[in-house]
Amino acid sequence: MQALVANGPALLFYVFAALALVSALGVVTLRNPMYGALCLLVTFLSVAVLFLLRDAEFVAIVQIFVYGGGIMVLFLFVIMLINLHRLPETRLFGRLAPIAAGVALLLLGLYGWVFTRVHFPAAAAHPAVFTNVDGQALGNPQAVAWSLYTQSLLPFEVASLFLLVAMIGAVVLGRRQ
Amino acid sequence: MLAVTTNHYLVLSFLLFAIGLFGIAARRNMITVLMSIELVLNSVNINLIAFSYQLSDLTGQIFAIFTITVAAGEAAVGLGILIAFFRLRETTELDRNMELEG
Repeated sequence: MQALVANGPALLFYVFAALALVSALGVVTLRNPMYGALCLLVTFLSVAVLFLLRDAEFVAIVQIFVYGGGIMVLFLFVIMLINLHRLPETRLFGRLAPIAAGVALLLLGLYGWVFTRVHFPAAAAHPAVFTNVDGQALGNPQAVAWSLYTQSLLPFEVASLFLLVAMIGAVVLGRRQ
Repeated sequence: MLAVTTNHYLVLSFLLFAIGLFGIAARRNMITVLMSIELVLNSVNINLIAFSYQLSDLTGQIFAIFTITVAAGEAAVGLGILIAFFRLRETTELDRNMELEG
């Protein structure tokens, strides 16, 4: 029991990393897009837990709200709208599948080769930068908001403009001619 | 005591990236391709958060929020295109009845 508590974060990482990988494989291999979307939801939630383990509380909550809430509802809505059960059964993978698998494996080998040779020094646990605003320990959302509204104000405004453009674009594309 | 290092996160992130890349290039269903793009963007976010923790720098978290914003916009526009495509062709298969044959 003591070993379990001492190794808690590492065990949580392994459990949720495995869950994320298995459900990501489900997304690309399952035939029914509805099951694929549910697998994608599991991946999003597992990744949110992994963000929590790296002291990124606000990003984890945004991940659950935006990905698990918004984007997932959008996907499920479209899947239900076009009702794929009536479509004929066809091949799962296109002609490019062997090349795609080859490129993915090549990339995997390259990255694996690099990452087994690169070693990072141990990171500081619970860095003060993530929670402090002007020397006061307030919390991660406050620190993120402070940085977002002071240092990154221009990108923030550009992002809001981008969302407006994306919204108008989606409405125009989805409209009946 | 087991320790989770930045390398663990990098390995997870590149595995997710490779799975997403395979899904984008290999699957024929347009909805699954869009979901694979979300997987790739998520793997980028994992990298950003891991390095933000490694370097004790908040900028990685800020950038991850912007990436999530872009992913949301991309999903909305991509699904809009999907609906328009489905109205035109009555299918979501990508390599069927394509006008641009490569």
